[in-house]
Amino acid sequence: VASLVMYLFAEFDDAANLLAANPDATTISIDEPVEIPKNQHGRLQEPGREEDDELLGTNDSDKTELLAGQKKSAPFWTFEYYQTFFDVDTYQVLDRIKGSVFPVPGKNFVRLYIRSNPDLYGPFWICATLVFTIAVSGNLSNFFIHLGKPTYHYVPEFRKVSIAATTIYAYAWLVPLALWGFLMWRNSKVMNIVSYSFLEIVCVYGYSLFIYIPTAILWIIPQKVVRWVLVMFSLCLSGSVLVMTFWPAVRDDNRRIALATVGTVVLLHALLAVGCLAYFFDAPELDFPAPIIPAHNGTTVITKSQ
Amino acid sequence: FPGLADVSISEDIPVEGEITVPVGSRSPDEDYSTLDEPVRDTIMRDLKAVGKKFVHVMYPKKSSALLRDWDLWGPLVLCVSLALMLQGGSADSKDDGGPQFAEVFVIIWFGAVVITLNSKLLGGTISFFQSLCVLGYCVLPLTVAMLVCRLVLLAGSGTVSFVIRLIVVVAMFGWSTLASTAFLADSQPPNRKALVVYPIFLFYFVISWMILTFTPQ
Repeated sequence: VASLVMYLFAEFDDAANLLAANPDATTISIDEPVEIPKNQHGRLQEPGREEDDELLGTNDSDKTELLAGQKKSAPFWTFEYYQTFFDVDTYQVLDRIKGSVFPVPGKNFVRLYIRSNPDLYGPFWICATLVFTIAVSGNLSNFFIHLGKPTYHYVPEFRKVSIAATTIYAYAWLVPLALWGFLMWRNSKVMNIVSYSFLEIVCVYGYSLFIYIPTAILWIIPQKVVRWVLVMFSLCLSGSVLVMTFWPAVRDDNRRIALATVGTVVLLHALLAVGCLAYFFDAPELDFPAPIIPAHNGTTVITKSQ
Repeated sequence: FPGLADVSISEDIPVEGEITVPVGSRSPDEDYSTLDEPVRDTIMRDLKAVGKKFVHVMYPKKSSALLRDWDLWGPLVLCVSLALMLQGGSADSKDDGGPQFAEVFVIIWFGAVVITLNSKLLGGTISFFQSLCVLGYCVLPLTVAMLVCRLVLLAGSGTVSFVIRLIVVVAMFGWSTLASTAFLADSQPPNRKALVVYPIFLFYFVISWMILTFTPQ
């Protein structure tokens, strides 16, 4: 079933963007009143309607689309201005997390889930959780690796929390800033159909970091192969979400610049994962029976740099 | 006003009466100023208020006393004692020791402020200091856990002591989270309760982690 979407007003640009970005997407008409109660938590409609809702956003974002002109009109020094960035319900946050972990081929994360309602709740708390997860998992993993050694004394390594926090928050906020600046600059040269606001880019980056939380927990397993397989797997999943988000924004540009941009995005994402793995998690060492420690340089025999 | 032309008040009836409207119940505080009371009374009143709130935390029921008369003395005392107990005396040159006093302090206060801001931004109706008060007071079970852990560590630091510490810390962590959720949950919009409770969970988890990984030198 494919018929054109005809919203009442203010949707024409968005529809054009949708069609330009995904020319073969199915768009379905909705011709019932928009007043569906807010707690659609379970989405108790038939499966066909669920897909429509997912494609075109929930009714809350319909309302915010319609009110788009009046949405962020509070001046930036009032509290209400910042409240507009936290205007999400539990199920919306869970949907966005789900969308970042299971990329649907052909569907754009921003268009599908954010729908002009970028929030700061997800990026901030996902980064906070990731910071503590990496610090705690790294500490636990080092504890298990060095468990039997006679010269090992457990330390909580609390310094690493502040290092992790700086790195992850810098990645989640400075890289979107740089990317947004770059896209704005290219937009002034080449007319791109798809363009994102700064908060939407922050949102995508924040939610795409979610996959690293279970990955960091699984990194406790002290096997090199397992760790690298996990890195590759999570990189593929969240990297593909990022690629599918940013490819439409640079596609109309010069081929080389487009490829370089998307390549840099993926490269930085990979660097973050590999850097965290290398810094917070000691290399698992091969087992061999603990040697009789000679008087002077016993410990240097054991540590093997990998 | 033609109808009132013949109304007159004779001048020899004095008009008298009380202008003040009697107030129903006068609270005793207004009868005397607290400036004249002995210092002991002043201190005891505040101490009793703090003590009552501690009792409320240990047996969390939905009472509004904790919320209405907020104070930050209790959280300050708890935070300082927790931070002091987390000092393992790691005076050696190793950098990666446990958290310093300032780090614990900052984590607790900054964490509580961020959680309060978060709940207010999501549309909560609780006031800023009331929320800080609740979050600070609900650190009490974890402070008790820290005390127990230090006592257990005096006895020894093997696997048995670790298991005991783990059980105690996990139980107190659950108690803290449930107590603060019981006080704060009502003031949140209904579709966003989980969004507000999760940061509280993370906050007490980090404090519990600091307590559990405490190793004396």
